[in-house]
Amino acid sequence: MPPAVSVQGLSKSFRVPSEQVHTLKERVLHPLRAHRDERFEALRDVSFDVEPGEFFGIVGRNGSGKSTLLKCLAGIYRADDGAAWIDGRLSAFIELGVGFNMDLAARDNIRINAVMLGLSGRQARGREDEIIAFAGLEQFQDLKIKNYSSGMLVRLGFAIMAHVDADVLLIDEVLAVGDAAFQQKCYDQFNRIRDEGRTVLFVTHDMGAVERYCDRAMLLEKGEIVAMGKSHRVGQEYLRVNFADLHAAPEEPPPSEDGEEEAPTDASADEPEEPSRLTDGRAEIVRAWFEDSDGSESGALPHGSRCAFAAVVRFNEQVEHPLFGFVLQNDRDQTVFAASTAWTEERSGVFGAGDEVTYRVRFENVFSGGRYFATPAVAHRGAGIAWIDRREKFASTLVTSTRSTDAAVDIPYEIDLVPA
Amino acid sequence: MTTTNAPGRPLSGPTALGGDPRRFLRLTWTLAVTNFKLRFYGSALGYLWQLMRPLLLFGVLYVVFTQFVRLGGDIHDYPVVLLTGIVLFTFISEATSTGVSSIVANEALIRKVEFPRMAIPCSVVLTALFNLGLNMVAVVVFAVISGVDLHSSIIQLPVIVGALVAFVLGIVLFTSAMYVKYRDVQPIWDVILQMLFYGTPVLYPIEVVQDDFPRAAEWIVTLNPFAAIVQQMRHAAIDPTADSAAVAAGGWGHLALTGLITLAILGGGLLVFRRRAPYVAEEL
Repeated sequence: MPPAVSVQGLSKSFRVPSEQVHTLKERVLHPLRAHRDERFEALRDVSFDVEPGEFFGIVGRNGSGKSTLLKCLAGIYRADDGAAWIDGRLSAFIELGVGFNMDLAARDNIRINAVMLGLSGRQARGREDEIIAFAGLEQFQDLKIKNYSSGMLVRLGFAIMAHVDADVLLIDEVLAVGDAAFQQKCYDQFNRIRDEGRTVLFVTHDMGAVERYCDRAMLLEKGEIVAMGKSHRVGQEYLRVNFADLHAAPEEPPPSEDGEEEAPTDASADEPEEPSRLTDGRAEIVRAWFEDSDGSESGALPHGSRCAFAAVVRFNEQVEHPLFGFVLQNDRDQTVFAASTAWTEERSGVFGAGDEVTYRVRFENVFSGGRYFATPAVAHRGAGIAWIDRREKFASTLVTSTRSTDAAVDIPYEIDLVPA
Repeated sequence: MTTTNAPGRPLSGPTALGGDPRRFLRLTWTLAVTNFKLRFYGSALGYLWQLMRPLLLFGVLYVVFTQFVRLGGDIHDYPVVLLTGIVLFTFISEATSTGVSSIVANEALIRKVEFPRMAIPCSVVLTALFNLGLNMVAVVVFAVISGVDLHSSIIQLPVIVGALVAFVLGIVLFTSAMYVKYRDVQPIWDVILQMLFYGTPVLYPIEVVQDDFPRAAEWIVTLNPFAAIVQQMRHAAIDPTADSAAVAAGGWGHLALTGLITLAILGGGLLVFRRRAPYVAEEL
């Protein structure tokens, strides 16, 4: 079957004027100024095919070019180079309820919106009742929509979107709005669209939604495709790309071409306040870090992988059979995990002054996505707690996960559905 | 991957008219009707307010130019001529001042929905045309009261209004596209609009100029399409004894030049808008 959407070598750049010429006067006074424009390449040679009936996710960070790609496909921007083919009728939803006129009733707005999206006047009128019913606004259909609640407006916008017969739908994070009940309705609608066999291109940050709905996905980074394939694999890649940078030196976020996407997550907000330390000076914890499944140091641990916590202890005096361990806390200060040689290794050995030892705790990463802090500790053996050195929140890591739950852990499970 | 087996239609990006002219017309009509309805929505006196502007201007000018400065004293049906001129000028002023900023004012729409871009400035002109129709009703009532006879030459009305719309549409297309990039187009246009008002025999009859500067009067009508339109309107609809546009311009050759200027304005506006339309979304 021929692809529903075929994009070949699409490129798009925007002018970034170093000195913006805003008026004819400036243009006349400084005729050469405009030639110093720089161009920002939002999309570079992007090619992909989407099969009919496929639910295709386009993911990427702010400024990665995904919105630009959508707008090129939607016919809002003209691409500089390359070509795209769409098989069938296309509808793009960059935002819900664009072009709503607050002084008109729902019915008039439906008509205007439908005509704008390309329906004929008769088609629009024929669908009005259906749209109002779908949005559940029968009681309010004669009310000016400026008196609607935001939820009602979103419902109306979504209802219109759902009733434009399009073979190919382009959707840009419209689900990011509305309350939980409405989001559920959107997701139901998504499932319906998918079951009807329509082709959907879905642009989002929400990896959970991508994994739930998309058959395939594509990851854009700096205007180029860096991964394409099964949505789970692309999701993992997205998290890797996203958090690799977060862990590295803080970098200026790339310019977002429309400034309408949400701000990038602020890593510094998660830093602990003043890490406290309890020590008697006989030994000190010099360094602590997390390791990924390959055993290399990492600031981000994928959920479900085998990873490790490690710390280096330097002894200043001789200590016999100390206890080594650490506790792991999430960003809500809940202790989710504690490990200690107290339960595994009765006699850890005798260490002399100047000795250095690395202890490593290997564990299965069953934790939910989010930031975690490790407090490593060395203590004297015996009853009661006598710390040799304990460094509060000495190391931190991010657990990356495509599922977002409110629970502290996300352990493997199976669910059986048995008809009663 | 080859381009030959690609199905469906290739994407061309946004254009002035879009692929489907019916969609363009439908959208222009819907937008214009909506704007027109909104003006009167929830206001019982809406029509009166709509009339207020030209009527007030008319009242002031009428008193000034018949009582203090006796400009229109010996002109046949001067009040009707004056009111007609003012109503026509109100159309230009309304269409162009809304039109200049129309693309920018609809930024949200343009950046987020694909539709024929030209529908926006065209709908502005169409809304102004609806208002012109309403105002004309008042002019007709006034003319009947003043005892203006109906002449067969009234059938020229659609042609005259057509020329006026072509003139205004050209200006609106040009200025709205330019305003996206150059924000001083608006003040510049305001000045030109003032010049157009005084450069047109609206508050002074063309005879005043003809008496003292016969050549100047001819050039005013030749070079200013609006002057020719106003003059022809007066000749065809109110007073057949007044000079027609062709006579006032100094012959058919001159009037042909006026026609060319009008077409050049319309053509230029269309051309500029068509060239800018694909990029307005990113330049906003």
